[in-house]
Amino acid sequence: MVDIVFWIIVGITIGSAFMVVQSKSLLYSAYALLFTFVGVTGLYVFLWADFLAVVQIVVYVGGILVLIIFGIMLTNKITSVNISHASVQKGIGGVVVLGIIGVLGYMVFITPWNQLAATEPEQTSATIGRLLMMDYLLPFEVASLLLLGALIAATTLSRKEN
Amino acid sequence: MAENYLPILVIFVLAAGFAFVSLIITHLVGPRVTNAVKMMPYESGVDQVGKTRIRFSIRFFLIALLFIIFDIEIVFLYPWAVVFKDFLSAGSFIFFEMVVFLAILAFGFIYVWRNGALEWE
Amino acid sequence: MDLLGFIIILVKVLVVFAATMITVMGMIYAERRVSAFMQGRLGPNRVGPKGLLQPIADGIKFFMKEDLIPSGADKPIFILAPAILLIPALMTFAVIPFGSSITIFGREIALQVADVNVGILYILALTSIGVYGIVLAGWSSNSKYSLLGGLRSSAQLISYELAMGLAVVSIILLAGSLRLNDIIADQQGYFLSWNVFKQPLAFIIFLVAVYAETNRLPFDLTEAEQELVGGYHTEYSSLKFAMFFLAEYANMITAAALTVTLFFGGWDVPLLDESSLGLLGAILSVLSFILKMAFFLFLFIWVRWTFPRFRYDQLMRLGWKVLLPLALVNIFLTGGYLTLTAMK
Repeated sequence: MVDIVFWIIVGITIGSAFMVVQSKSLLYSAYALLFTFVGVTGLYVFLWADFLAVVQIVVYVGGILVLIIFGIMLTNKITSVNISHASVQKGIGGVVVLGIIGVLGYMVFITPWNQLAATEPEQTSATIGRLLMMDYLLPFEVASLLLLGALIAATTLSRKEN
Repeated sequence: MAENYLPILVIFVLAAGFAFVSLIITHLVGPRVTNAVKMMPYESGVDQVGKTRIRFSIRFFLIALLFIIFDIEIVFLYPWAVVFKDFLSAGSFIFFEMVVFLAILAFGFIYVWRNGALEWE
Repeated sequence: MDLLGFIIILVKVLVVFAATMITVMGMIYAERRVSAFMQGRLGPNRVGPKGLLQPIADGIKFFMKEDLIPSGADKPIFILAPAILLIPALMTFAVIPFGSSITIFGREIALQVADVNVGILYILALTSIGVYGIVLAGWSSNSKYSLLGGLRSSAQLISYELAMGLAVVSIILLAGSLRLNDIIADQQGYFLSWNVFKQPLAFIIFLVAVYAETNRLPFDLTEAEQELVGGYHTEYSSLKFAMFFLAEYANMITAAALTVTLFFGGWDVPLLDESSLGLLGAILSVLSFILKMAFFLFLFIWVRWTFPRFRYDQLMRLGWKVLLPLALVNIFLTGGYLTLTAMK
């Protein structure tokens, strides 16, 4: 039962991700990306990472995808534009892709994976909070500097209009 | 934990089923008399003027940009708030950690404000 | 997970689903009747006793209407948009505890569909999915009014989501958990332990944000009739239009329930230990929850006929320049207060 649900979610994720790259319309790509993000959220739930799962939706679906859709709609005549990701050089591309899959697959098989017995964490958000405040304090504070940079960049963007 | 999420899966199936059955029913039931004028997008009863998908102000894009930044900030604040009381027994360190984080962002917020990115004409 | 457990889940889901639908119908009726009384009219009073069957008549009417798809509309997106808005709206109530717990067949059954550790974030996350329904409905309709309504609405929703999310942080500081059950447990006891008394500023910010998030007056810029006809759903008809309405009302119900949970002790009956009273305590707790929620649902209608609509620039100014800084200050004050009291 659980396995069936898992494979359905995997199917949705990969299927919609394929739609994202394959769709000729930018807006359809963004639309399909919504389902990819939701599928990834499902995968996080299976990994017992409930905090990451909701953050995935809050940040990626709630923020970044809105930005992408606004960006598409902001661009003039975007609906009539033929997106230039038509597949070219399919033969060589296919060979390269197969090569990469081969190498990666080989690596996956020869790597001795350390397997731990999976134990369900009691409180993911508290654990993340503890790690952020102790072990990863510096990256945490640096993240605020990164956000500051983004804020200033955003302001500059709006200035151009005036 | 997976057990806690089973009800959500159930309610998702139910909600999605309800929504899609509604969409199918509305397609099947009800009259269907179409002509070109009737199918025109509504514009107060007159013919369409210009194009529909007009370009809109960059303000909306900017709002979305600012939203992401503050959204990520909120995401950082939540785990901090959860462990706040536990850490207080070890001193006020936890409070100042967040004060530094928020002060840097507050500086950015004031910068954005002073530069008029929050103005709507 | 045994069969009985699964049946219990199924029953709970169905009960909550049915209750949501009935409350939506009640709200539609109340909206029209109360509005009428506030304006010195009678409102719908012909269908059934006192017009009580009016929502059902409305529902049947939606079925009989023609399903229009305007020319030039982007069909797949146009058709799917109402579903994208409706599905999350119907799912949000799942994490809200609507009563203490009852014991049947020797099992303790919590009166809540899903007890999720990240409860409050779950609601915020699902709310943010709803934005797509609106923006895609506006874009795909191929109508200027829809596009403008959708854009305005989505910018409004994301702006007030920030104020809402930040107001909640101070509640989490007090409760030390994202679980809604823990937040309720934190407010148990006597009257003044409710968060509305501990966090009045957060409550005001949250309440204002709720009205903006549910697109209600004074923030219904989305469907400002005088300028945008119907906003993002101008071109929708028949059941698709009904789905937008249903989603809007379902969101209002969840918003009212969430306000009660975060600030008014949830199902808590003041000065009463519900668990010691057994079944009676459980019934009382559910009644207390329904009563509090009914008040906030009534408040939606009351506010609608009391305040005039904001202008869009005023709306944005309120969200970004008033509520957002206030919420940040509130977090700072709450954290500072907790630190000072812990130091003594």
